[in-house]
Amino acid sequence: MEQKELRERENRCVQEQPPGCTAACPVHVDARGIAAAVRKEDYGAGAQLLYKMIPFPRIISRICDQLCQLQCKRKEIDESIAMNALEQICVDESHELDLKLIPIQLRSKKVAIIGGGLSGLTAAVELGKKGYNIVVFEATDRLGGSIWGFSESRLPRQKIIDDFALLKRLPVEVKFNFTVGNGSSSKLSLDSLSASFDAVYLAIGCTDSASLNVELELDAKGNVVIDPLTRATSNPKVFAGGSLILGHNNKSIITSISHGKIAANSIDRLLQHASLTASRENEGYFTTLLYTNVDGVEPQTAIQCADPVEGYTAEEALQEANRCLLCECLECVKVCEYLAHFRAYPKRYVREVYNNLSIVMGVRHANKMINACNLCGLCEQVCPGKLNMGEICREARHTMVETGKMPPAAHDFALRDMQFSTSEEFVLSKHQLGFVSSSTIFFPGCQLSASSPQHVKKMYQFLCEKITGGVGLMLGCCGVPADWAGQEILFKETLQNIEGSWRKLGAPRVITGCPTCYSIFKRHIPDMVAEPIWTLLERIGLPDKTDGKKTLLKLAVHDTCTTRHEAELQQSIRNILGKLGHQVEELKNSREITECCGYGGLMLFANKEIAHKTINKRVSESDRDYLTYCAMCRDNFANQGKRTYHLLDLVFAIEGQDLAGQKGPGYSDRQENRARLKTTLLKEVWGESVNKEEYSITLIIPENVRDLMEERMILKEDLIKVIEHAESTGNKFKNTENDNYIAYFKPVSVTYWVEYSLHKDGFIVHNAYSHRLEIKG
Amino acid sequence: MIQIDKEIQEAIICNKCSIPLTLGKVTLSYMESDFPVELYKCSQCGLVFIPEELAKGKMDQVEKALEDK
Repeated sequence: MEQKELRERENRCVQEQPPGCTAACPVHVDARGIAAAVRKEDYGAGAQLLYKMIPFPRIISRICDQLCQLQCKRKEIDESIAMNALEQICVDESHELDLKLIPIQLRSKKVAIIGGGLSGLTAAVELGKKGYNIVVFEATDRLGGSIWGFSESRLPRQKIIDDFALLKRLPVEVKFNFTVGNGSSSKLSLDSLSASFDAVYLAIGCTDSASLNVELELDAKGNVVIDPLTRATSNPKVFAGGSLILGHNNKSIITSISHGKIAANSIDRLLQHASLTASRENEGYFTTLLYTNVDGVEPQTAIQCADPVEGYTAEEALQEANRCLLCECLECVKVCEYLAHFRAYPKRYVREVYNNLSIVMGVRHANKMINACNLCGLCEQVCPGKLNMGEICREARHTMVETGKMPPAAHDFALRDMQFSTSEEFVLSKHQLGFVSSSTIFFPGCQLSASSPQHVKKMYQFLCEKITGGVGLMLGCCGVPADWAGQEILFKETLQNIEGSWRKLGAPRVITGCPTCYSIFKRHIPDMVAEPIWTLLERIGLPDKTDGKKTLLKLAVHDTCTTRHEAELQQSIRNILGKLGHQVEELKNSREITECCGYGGLMLFANKEIAHKTINKRVSESDRDYLTYCAMCRDNFANQGKRTYHLLDLVFAIEGQDLAGQKGPGYSDRQENRARLKTTLLKEVWGESVNKEEYSITLIIPENVRDLMEERMILKEDLIKVIEHAESTGNKFKNTENDNYIAYFKPVSVTYWVEYSLHKDGFIVHNAYSHRLEIKG
Repeated sequence: MIQIDKEIQEAIICNKCSIPLTLGKVTLSYMESDFPVELYKCSQCGLVFIPEELAKGKMDQVEKALEDK
């Protein structure tokens, strides 16, 4: 991932965008933060958030015109948050409200501020903090300008005095009763002032610009022309803002303050010879890109103060703060246990992935995160910016494999399982018996063959009866585990082998038993006409039911994540359920926004904890029995105790057989089922005898040890190798307390240990464990 | 581990050499890193014993740490 791509992707995640209130506030007060502080009754923290952006919090907390309310999400439901009232309680209840100033380094440059209202004084404070020498020219005998028009009860005078005390801590000189302009009452012309100062901020309130008679460019209405981005006038040293520019009808106290801040920034840039315009897009009012879902938020009007003069009581403020939605997006995090697990959101994750790939020496902290994603793409579906973490993790896995930095433990077991499914043990490619060509190929897939070999056999027989022109059979694995593991070369090889076998059979259309195989073929073998079994069955009709009585069910349909965009397939599933007489319950997240079962992306192998969270989240979304059309989805749910049918369980239903309650076969049995399916079909369908090598020894594995092996991803075959090795070499230990033997063997990369004892029918396995550290002796 | 050490010393013998195990130097290796450690082994034939607790505990942690390097 290049830097540019990183930024482009990071920017698609809007979680770090400011909430609407902050974007609408022209000085960007963290109103959400203030509401959160009030919720905790931490008024001091709330007041500091205000002070951080506004030099006069006591005044503003009483008289702000609350532009924040323009973009408040709450407004879409009922009423905007009464932010000024929340600010007031924060300020009033903060006993030591003080702005911490960093030591000021005085500069030689001088700035004149014309007008001692809030706009001019804000500029004076901002520039004073930076060490400029400020002279404020105020036409009257007091500072504050129009704020004195507010009543004592609305704005107590002491608040003004307390706020303006800050000016005494800064290099700010005030000249009262000093009018600047070219008029007769003026003491000094603007031109001569700008000649003796390095910069000027003109903020003289609601004055008729024309009467000023200043030598600045005016528009047709006689108003000073300014650049709204910088507040610059036609005189490069003079900037203007506040009510002078806003005009009497558009007065806004908070906007005047923002003009003061913007002008101060411009003056600082001017005096430092920096660009006046670079990177200033989000100064002042802007529209946020943050998305916040307000579905299901109960309407509740704003809390009124029992005593408007005193403002909110603590209880009232708490109620109002609780109305605040504390806007954030997190749409993807809400639907994905994986994204929630790492306690952040994609913007952070993308950066972590990038950093992880950039590490030369050191710990790659994000390996776990990269390998845990199920690559299901739900995040993209719900993301306002359409960011897909799965794509990012998949790419990262490719890079890790290419650079040799992929932890072997992450996908090793799944890839070895895939190796089995692409080996002679399982792979088969044949025309229908008696045919030399095929009109159709049935490709059931490795997992359906592992979970329900009996269904594969029945379906193949049904297709042979129903479809003319010969139905060939291809057993194998589509290669998706390699794709998920980032093993691009292996994935391509696997696809090439499939494509080669398919072409040898005459390249007919392919009917897949597994939705994932279908999605892989569709995407990666463009010449192949592939179709899921379900849309075909809807067209050609279902196998005749032989059992008379059947139980009609209402089932929650779980769509497969690898075919989330296949609307036709999804509809077929529902139609077939209907034809079988069953009813459908739609899960909240289905079809395009379906969730992964916890198997996608090899999540179950790379991070069992998150996979189990994912499964548990999904299965708890309805109390009904689930219906799936992917064998892995079915087994994952059933293995966690959720009653789940595969649709083929219902198509080939046998009265009295409860397949929904059955756990899926373990890893060893899955491989055995595949191998046995091949030999059975060869024998029963094609009449070919198969000489399959049988193991030389028989294992007796108690249920608890089977569960342990499943948990530790140890196959029966691995244990046979250990015992064969131990018995042939004599290299084993003996536990003298129970006469059990303990031995180890490393067939490829993992060392397996077995504790076993002899029995007249074979070997009883008492324990099994493994490690990857190699014993070098 | 003290309890496990005791169990190994008292109960486990090398089947071939019929002698109890003693602590000895062993090198474990993973992802191009070698670790000299002391483990129980047969002092005669050198067969190394790794108890389940070690494999699923400390060794598992070391593997995970190395995999993220």
